[in-house]
Amino acid sequence: MISLRDVSKAYPRAGDALRGVSFRLRKGEFAFLTGPSGAGKSTVLELIHFQTRPTEGEVQVSRYNSRRVRRRDIPALRRRVGFVFQDFKLLERLTAAENVAFALEVIGTPRREIAGRVQRLLSQVGLAARASSRPSELSGGERQRVAVARALATEPRILLADEPTGNLDPDAAGGVFELFRMLNHLGTAVLMATHDADFVRRHREIRRLELQGGRLVGDSAA
Amino acid sequence: MRAVREALAGFRRTPLLCALSIGAVGLSLVILGLFGLVAHNVGGAIGDVERRMEVVGYLLDDVGPEQVRDARRELEALPAVESVRYVSKNEALERARRDLVEFSDVFGELRVNPLPASFHLRLREGFRTPETVSETAGTLAAYPFIEEARFGDEWVERLFALRSAAAAIALALGGGFALVAVLLIVTTVRMAVLARGEEIEIMQIVGAREGYIQRPFLLEGAVTGFAGGLLALGVTRLAYVVFPARFAAVESLAWLPHPWTVAGVAGAALLGLLAAAFSVHREVGRAYGPS
Repeated sequence: MISLRDVSKAYPRAGDALRGVSFRLRKGEFAFLTGPSGAGKSTVLELIHFQTRPTEGEVQVSRYNSRRVRRRDIPALRRRVGFVFQDFKLLERLTAAENVAFALEVIGTPRREIAGRVQRLLSQVGLAARASSRPSELSGGERQRVAVARALATEPRILLADEPTGNLDPDAAGGVFELFRMLNHLGTAVLMATHDADFVRRHREIRRLELQGGRLVGDSAA
Repeated sequence: MRAVREALAGFRRTPLLCALSIGAVGLSLVILGLFGLVAHNVGGAIGDVERRMEVVGYLLDDVGPEQVRDARRELEALPAVESVRYVSKNEALERARRDLVEFSDVFGELRVNPLPASFHLRLREGFRTPETVSETAGTLAAYPFIEEARFGDEWVERLFALRSAAAAIALALGGGFALVAVLLIVTTVRMAVLARGEEIEIMQIVGAREGYIQRPFLLEGAVTGFAGGLLALGVTRLAYVVFPARFAAVESLAWLPHPWTVAGVAGAALLGLLAAAFSVHREVGRAYGPS
């Protein structure tokens, strides 16, 4: 489903972000992407989301290959790959329901279907009761759930999460993680970047890909 | 429909910025409009002078009517020639008596008419170039019974130099002010894109198509250009009405031809669209990577 083959990424000013990284993530799999800040976790996620292209090597996501992908195919790829951020990236002027509806509208969902789907998505993340609250009225955990509901709006097969629990207290972080586990049980592959070593240690059953200085230095599945 | 809704929302969100940019685009186009007005009137004046331009051939005294008739037919058949007028010796004298009143004593005492008969050739539009005028004068002078052919070669060349200079200035100024308008629209759309940066980022993340994101901005650019064009047209019209009334030296001005005004406003809208396309492609397009 996701495959990185000997991927290197260098930025003109910042230099090498990744060097020779290779791994595969199968359909329905759950993996942590760990490592300290600056190890290259976000770069891996951006490469899988095709926000950037490798300097060397290739990234394959479903049928999309970084060497051959056409610019006009990128939106279709991104609809298959949901993305959740540490800072939620919610629109403050919109309610929770409107934030989710915004994503549905953007991908061309018929208007008459939007309200029903928003309700289902918010129920799925346990936030049906807070549909009309604005992000500023929600807790960190709740905001992240809205962001997850929005990421699920396109019915992605893969969910990428960049430090999704980084801004949350332990309880809220646990809640969001359980949500990811539930989505994974329903068949969505999850790749979650985190630098929280304790959090990763508590979930030894989950595959761990460890980055350091732009290199993959450990893969618990290997 | 969404693009229209979003573009209107863009205007509602930042009305002052939009008004300022329409005003700024309008002002830069006003200068273009005023220059167009001047260029059109100068062009009209030059055209009038050109229309009156004649190649004159003076005939020897002993030319028979058949020779005159044949030559006239041949001259009329020349592709560059619009009309041929023959002025006989008597007509020339009549005209001299009428036009040169101060010499009436001299003309009254004449026993022999000293003035020659002449052919007056007017050239068709598009053929009034120094080369064609000189060539036609050469053809006329080649008749054995033509004593001399004149066409005022010096002022013909000056006239054409003036026209070329006017065209070059129009092109340079037009291009310059159009560029100013483009830069203003590029900046406005860029600011609008930056103001909606968060929304655009989310659209890109969830998989919106590039066109879906860009269309409202393109529309906003086109509308800004169109409104700026209309404003410029209005101010130019105002100047057209006020200017001759204030300055007695300017007797009358011709208003811009209708196709010019339509092309001007449509061109401004197109300029706005292209400027917005440039701006939005740079700002939004980079999230989709190389083409």
